[in-house]
Amino acid sequence: MTNTQTIQFPASTLEKVHEIIKRYPEGKQKSALLPILHLAQAEWKWCSPEVMDYVASLLSIKPIEVYEVASFYTMFHLEPVGNHVIEYCRTGPCCLMGGVEVYDHLKSKLGIETGETTADGKFTIKEVECLAACGWGPVFQIREKYYMNLTTQKVDEIIEELSK
Amino acid sequence: MKILTEHIDVQGIETIDVFRKNGGYAAVEKALKKMTPDEVTEEVKKSGLRGRGGAGFPMGMKWSFLAKPEGVPRYLVCNADESEPGTFKDHYLMMKSPHTLIEGMIVSSYALGANTSYIYIRGELMYVATILEKAIQEAKDKGLLGKNILGSGYDLELYVQLGGGAYICGEETALLESLEGKRGNPRNKPPFPAVKGLWQCPTVVNNVESIAATSWIVNNGGDEYAKIGIGRSTGTKLISVSGHVRKPGVYELPLGITVEDFIYADEWCGGIRDGHKLKAVVAGGSSVPILPAELILKTTNGENRLMSYESLSDGGFATGTMLGSGGFVVMDETTCIVHNTLTFGRFYHHESCGQCSPCREGTGWMDKVLHRIEHGKGRQEDIDLLVDVAKKIEGNTICPLGDAAAWPVAAAIRHFRDEFEWHINHPEKATAKGAVFMREGASWSL
Repeated sequence: MTNTQTIQFPASTLEKVHEIIKRYPEGKQKSALLPILHLAQAEWKWCSPEVMDYVASLLSIKPIEVYEVASFYTMFHLEPVGNHVIEYCRTGPCCLMGGVEVYDHLKSKLGIETGETTADGKFTIKEVECLAACGWGPVFQIREKYYMNLTTQKVDEIIEELSK
Repeated sequence: MKILTEHIDVQGIETIDVFRKNGGYAAVEKALKKMTPDEVTEEVKKSGLRGRGGAGFPMGMKWSFLAKPEGVPRYLVCNADESEPGTFKDHYLMMKSPHTLIEGMIVSSYALGANTSYIYIRGELMYVATILEKAIQEAKDKGLLGKNILGSGYDLELYVQLGGGAYICGEETALLESLEGKRGNPRNKPPFPAVKGLWQCPTVVNNVESIAATSWIVNNGGDEYAKIGIGRSTGTKLISVSGHVRKPGVYELPLGITVEDFIYADEWCGGIRDGHKLKAVVAGGSSVPILPAELILKTTNGENRLMSYESLSDGGFATGTMLGSGGFVVMDETTCIVHNTLTFGRFYHHESCGQCSPCREGTGWMDKVLHRIEHGKGRQEDIDLLVDVAKKIEGNTICPLGDAAAWPVAAAIRHFRDEFEWHINHPEKATAKGAVFMREGASWSL
C-alpha cells in the first residue's frame, strides 16, 4: 500500500474514471478530481500521498493540485483510519436534539476520543459540521450511510452490528 | 397548497413510471414542444419566484442576466450543496422525489439554452447522488434526456457532481471553482457567473428548490404561481424544522401564514414539545439573527409575524431576522444560547475558506472567545470584544460567509446579553451540568 507500483484501480473502477472524465469538455478533466478522490478513498480508505500521486497521474495534473484540494475538503482522510469511520454532527441543531449525550456515549462505548481509532483498527470517530439532517438528529454517517434519530440504545445496536 | 411535495409520499414516486402517473414530466412536454426558451423565462419572471437557497434574489431576473455570445456553451448548475445548519429541505426533496428536480433541470436548462447541466451535491449526500443518478438513467431511457428530447431537437446531458465536504461551496463562485476541481475559494465579482462562470462560460447557478418549482410554473403559468403567497413573497417554500417542536421535519407552506400557526398548529410543527415553552427561533438557517419568542411571534408594531421574506425581516436586524434558506431551528427554555452560539461560531471558523483575513482570523477569535465564556473562563470585556470582532468581519470579505458568521453572534448578544453576562459573572453556576439561565419575567422562564 505504500508502494506506488501497487496502487492501481481495478479495471471496473478505471472504466468509471474514464466515464467521469467524459462528463466535462475536452481539456477540463481536472473537474473529475473530487469524484475520483471519492473513488480512491472508497478503494484505499484514505488518501495517502501515493494515492494522491496516482490520482494526479490519471488526470494529467500535478500532484500539488491534488494535495491542495484533498486537504481543503473535510471528507478526505489524509491519515490512516479504521474500517468504519463514524462522523458525527456536532452543530447546533443536532446538539438541541440531544447530540452531546449520544456522542459522549459513543466515545465511551468505543473507549476513544474524537480523531482516534480503536486499537483493533475497527472504528475511527471524527466530528464533522452540519450533515443537513437537522430535524432527524442526532445524526452520524458511516461512509455513504446516514444513521438518524440516534439514541444511546441505537448507538449500542449499531456498534454491535458493525463489530460482528 | 403544495406544489413540490404534493405526491412526495406516494409509494414508488422515486421511479419514473409512478412519477409520470402523478403528472410528472408534463412540464417537459409542454416547454419543449409548445414554448420557446424565452417564453419559459418569461413565465418564471412573472411568477416572482425568488431564489430558495437563502438570498431570495428573483430567479427570472437572474436568468435574464445570462450572457449569450455566439458559439460559447452556457451552463446551468444546480446548487445541491445544502450545508447551512438547520437546513435539510433539498436533502428531503431529492431523496424522496428525485424526478421533481430532474424535471425542473430539463425545463430550466431548455430556457437557458444549456446543453450540459450539472447537479453539484454535497459529498456527504452520496447516497442521494446515487438516487439521482438512477433517476437520470431512467429519464434517459425514456427519451427525456440525451439527444433530441421528445423529438424537439433539444439536447441535454445531465450529470451529478459530488463535493468534498465544504460549506463554502454553497457560495456560487466557490461551487464553480470546486466543480472545476479546485479548492472552494470564492471568486471576486464581477465578473458574475452569468458572464464568466463554469470554465469561464456563461453560467446560472440555482438552488434545488428553485429549479424544482419551475415545472409547476411551466404547467400552470407564472401568474398562477404569483397568486400563491403574499406580496413579493410568492409561491410556496420548503421549511426544514429542527429543535424542540413536537414534529420536526420538512414542511411545504404557502408563504404568508403566521409564524404562530406554523409553530403551534397541528398541521405544521404541532407546538413545543410537552411541558416546555418557546424561548427563541433561528428562522432561516444558522446565519440569520436569532430572535427571542416575543419577537419571532410579533413585530414591534404588534403585528403577527408571517412566514414571508418581508415580514421576517420587518424591523431590520434590530428586531427582525430573515427567511434565508428556511432552516427553522426552534429552542425551548432548556436551551443554552451561549452554547448554541458557540456551535455556530465553531461552525463558521471551521468552514471559513481562509482567503480573506477578516473572516479567517475573526471567526477564529469568535470561536475562541465563545469557547471560554461557555467554559466559565469568560472575561468582562469579552462581550464587547465579540461585538467588535463581528463588526470588523461584516462587509469586509469577498463572499457572504463573513456576514453569515458575524450575524448570529451579534444577534445572540443583542437579544440575550444578560445570558452571556450570567455565564461570565457566575461561572460555577453556568458550567454546572444541565444549568440554564432563566430571565426574570420572560415568557419562557420557569
